[in-house]
Amino acid sequence: MTTTPVAGRTTAVAARATELSKIYGQGETQVVALDRVSVEFRQAEFTAIMGPSGSGKSTLMHCVAGLDTFSSGSVRIGDTELGSLKDKQLTKLRRDKIGFIFQAFNLLPTLTALENITLPMDIAGRKPDQKWLDTVIEMVGLSGRLSHRPSQLSGGQQQRVAVARALASRPDIIFGDEPTGNLDSRSGAEVLGFLRNSVRELGQTVVMVTHDPVAAAYADRVIFLADGRIVDEVLDPTADSVLDLMKQFDAKGRTS
Amino acid sequence: MFRTALRNVLAHKARLAMTVLAVMLGVAFVSGTLVFTNTISEAYQNSSAKGFDQVDVAVTARHQDSAGDKVGTTPDLTQAILDTSAKADGAASAIGVVDGFTAIADKNGKLIGGGFRSEGGNYWGGKDPRYPLTSGSAPRGANQVAIDADTARRAGYKVGDTVRISVDGPVLTPTISAIFTTDDGNVAAGGSLALFDTATAQKLFGKAGTYDEIDVQAKAGTSQAALKSALDTALPQKTVETTTGKKLADDQAEQIASGMSGLKQGLLVFAGIALFVGTFIIANTFTMLVAQRTKELALLRAVGASRRQVTRSVLIEAFVVGTVAGVTGLVAGIGIGAGLRALMNGLGATVPDGPLVISPGTVVAALAVGVLITMLAAWLPGRRAAKIPPVAAMSSLHAKATTKSLVLRNTIGALFSAAGVAVVLAATTMDGSDGQAPMGLGAVLLIIGVFILTPLLSRPLIAAASPLLRGFGVAGKLARQNSVRNPRRTAATASALMIGLTLITGMTVMAGSLQQAIDKMAASAISADYMVSMANGNALSADVDKKLAAADGVTATSPLRNAASRIDGKTEFVTGVNGSVIGEMTDLAVKDGRFEVGGTNVVVDDDTATSHHWSAGSHFTAYFEDGKAQPLTVAAVYEGNALIRGIMLDDATLSPHQKKPADMQVLVKTAHGASSAAKDGLEKALGSNPAIKVQDKKDLSNSIAQVFTLILNMVYGLLAMAVIVAVLGVINTLAMSVFERSQEIGMLRAIGLDRKAVKRMVRLESLVISLFGGVLGIGLGVFFGWAAGQLLGTKMSTYELVVPWARMGLFLLLAAVVGVLAALWPARRAARLNMLAAIKSE
Repeated sequence: MTTTPVAGRTTAVAARATELSKIYGQGETQVVALDRVSVEFRQAEFTAIMGPSGSGKSTLMHCVAGLDTFSSGSVRIGDTELGSLKDKQLTKLRRDKIGFIFQAFNLLPTLTALENITLPMDIAGRKPDQKWLDTVIEMVGLSGRLSHRPSQLSGGQQQRVAVARALASRPDIIFGDEPTGNLDSRSGAEVLGFLRNSVRELGQTVVMVTHDPVAAAYADRVIFLADGRIVDEVLDPTADSVLDLMKQFDAKGRTS
Repeated sequence: MFRTALRNVLAHKARLAMTVLAVMLGVAFVSGTLVFTNTISEAYQNSSAKGFDQVDVAVTARHQDSAGDKVGTTPDLTQAILDTSAKADGAASAIGVVDGFTAIADKNGKLIGGGFRSEGGNYWGGKDPRYPLTSGSAPRGANQVAIDADTARRAGYKVGDTVRISVDGPVLTPTISAIFTTDDGNVAAGGSLALFDTATAQKLFGKAGTYDEIDVQAKAGTSQAALKSALDTALPQKTVETTTGKKLADDQAEQIASGMSGLKQGLLVFAGIALFVGTFIIANTFTMLVAQRTKELALLRAVGASRRQVTRSVLIEAFVVGTVAGVTGLVAGIGIGAGLRALMNGLGATVPDGPLVISPGTVVAALAVGVLITMLAAWLPGRRAAKIPPVAAMSSLHAKATTKSLVLRNTIGALFSAAGVAVVLAATTMDGSDGQAPMGLGAVLLIIGVFILTPLLSRPLIAAASPLLRGFGVAGKLARQNSVRNPRRTAATASALMIGLTLITGMTVMAGSLQQAIDKMAASAISADYMVSMANGNALSADVDKKLAAADGVTATSPLRNAASRIDGKTEFVTGVNGSVIGEMTDLAVKDGRFEVGGTNVVVDDDTATSHHWSAGSHFTAYFEDGKAQPLTVAAVYEGNALIRGIMLDDATLSPHQKKPADMQVLVKTAHGASSAAKDGLEKALGSNPAIKVQDKKDLSNSIAQVFTLILNMVYGLLAMAVIVAVLGVINTLAMSVFERSQEIGMLRAIGLDRKAVKRMVRLESLVISLFGGVLGIGLGVFFGWAAGQLLGTKMSTYELVVPWARMGLFLLLAAVVGVLAALWPARRAARLNMLAAIKSE
């Protein structure tokens, strides 16, 4: 099954995967992680990717984000085709066009919160846009803690730093890998709120992998993966509608 | 539990290899030093050992001590004494021994065997039991000589060849009549031995009709003691002494042992340092190893292993690693010991030959270091490992670095350092030899203190380097922060390099300063162009001076002729010089009077003048070996130094009192100054004699400095080891840091740090740590060099501190190279890190 274009939402595309396949191993031991997946992530849209473990949701995100290689098909970020890029160019692309939020926060313990936020720009050797930086910091509510080190911050605060880091360099697209997986529900809700605000108010594009229906409900659109294929899609989801769909898949999985 | 431990050892091959390598290096360092030490000391010991198989009782002349105005003399052992000895009750036969110095040249005219081991002697009669002939027949007359088999083999001589030899000046060209073997230790160690018939030997060695020793063999059934008492009755007690062969052997053993103690101590210090460095790297490695395994050990605890079991598993692992590494390290150490000797021989240092000595002590020490130290080193981290809460296994994060306060550690370190500095400073104010022990103690205290303090020092010192790192952008910034992240680990890593560089810098500073002091002394004391002397330090024959004086381009010569005299009831050695030219040959600071040597006028150095309460114009009387009195007047008091000191009087005044003049050196001044042509000319004038050294001032100071150069070379050899150890330590630390930070590195790669920058980050961290160790080591080394110089300075007026900046720069560069080299592999690993695995959420 492939995606059906969604009427009424045809804006510019931030990232696109076409006929994307990822196959591990050969012959008997061959494992198909992604099976000719085609998907578009539109600008200023918040997309959640869901699916059971081993469905290929993380692999899809890694391939589209330029973190992993793929076997066939094509991935485009903006106008750039990823398949033809060397490691160095890919690194540069991630640095300039993509923001990341990880489950384990992944902040550098030696840097302060502010230094962590500006790290991608430091790596690029660019000066951050101060006004934008202030806006982002204001939004995630970290103004008072900029000189703290990660060890002095709570998990929620650390993930807010990570969100700010992803937003600060104004990437074309932000990928989140279970960004609320290590957080309690309140902190998780905060972080998801920031992500949604960044989409609504700042026009940011966000793609997030999650298995939490509540988290998925913050998104504009949820894509469901199973066995390396996109099996369904929900627009303007609620936690209940996502949960229902998940139950369906679960039942199907058991009967088939 | 044993199986778990064993599995652990085997499960992580790379880690195992690293640990074994570290322990092995430590053990190799220790055992290599011990093998080298033992081999050298045994070789030296053997080189001075002589067999006493042929000697039941030795008859020697009884030295007549100086008394009153009489100079001490040694009576001659005449033919009559030999004949009497041979006829004594119980005596089977008696051999008259004559010995002296004989240099043998190889086919290219070069001296065989380095000079001080060129011996000569007599071949007794038609068949000398001491020297079995392998070919040819006993030497007869002035034109025949026998040489030892080793020398013959080395130089390619065979019976019938003509050989150039020299005894005390003139070159002789006898024919080789025989080649013999001997149990003489000197020959076994690489020296040479030339034998003449007895009459020729007596004549050549200036002992016409006399012997140096008479060896008497007992008849079968006569004991050494019985023969000794028979000889005591037969011989005049006043002039001779008798000693049994057994006592000679015992005395010799004792004498050698005491002579060796200095060398042994020196080498033991090296072994001690080796032990320290070895222990240290092993402890370091194990600490890291256990830290790496936090999670694994916590899991063991979580599934029910007791603390003791965890500790034991770590200890068992240490035991296995220690045993394997101890054995391989011992083997490597033996190789290093052998290599070190070859290296020293290659560098021109004269190390006597001999078998490689692997004593049981070495084996025990190597295995003890390997096994015990490894286990001891693993004990502390093992205990720490046991304390890991089982919950650590559940946490996805690696155990955080202990943030335990460094206050206690810093306090102890500061106390040690302060005590060390205080003791060293106090020692510098002491007199030469008194200060040695406190200085050594202070140095050890200070090194330990600094070692303990390194974590504290790491922050400010590395911060000082940050402006340099800023140029490298984010990679530089991250490298700096990473290097101060775990101060204990950084400190431990840097210490290996620090110790090596402290040692080498201290020695270099001292040797450089000494070399300059010696150069200055040679330059300031002597204005002659050349100094001619015997290679072995023996006296030259008087005609060397005459030959030199007659050589082309020579404007003036003066012998430095040694003679004993009694002055005011004390023995004083006086120097006979050519009074009319000695003023031009030397450049001595005159403290009092006018520098004039001639007739009864003599010059005296300040120390001698002080001890006799003389000043310019003082009169005194000297009694020489002929017993005659010689009135003398002090014309001037000059400032003495290591090359020239004592009483100098005119040759013409001294010679009439001497039976056989003994010129220790001859000073030569040439028309056009020192040049290689002039030197060649002088050597030719002396008949290209292999036994005579013609040295200009530079050669002179070099030969004096040779002993320091030798030690320095040895220390450089040790440094090479220390550097390897340091590289390993840095690799270990970095590999572990990379491992611990794999998540961070993955994140950095994900958000856009490219491989090059990741590599650069690791390399810079390594560089910073290495330079930190280098700076500490060089700083400490300069301090020790200065302090030791203060001690030496009390003995040497021209000594002043010379810091060889170029060398120091080189050492720092070396530290940097260590850093870069050590980072090669870890940096590669970091750059190749699987980004996805690193950031994957668990």
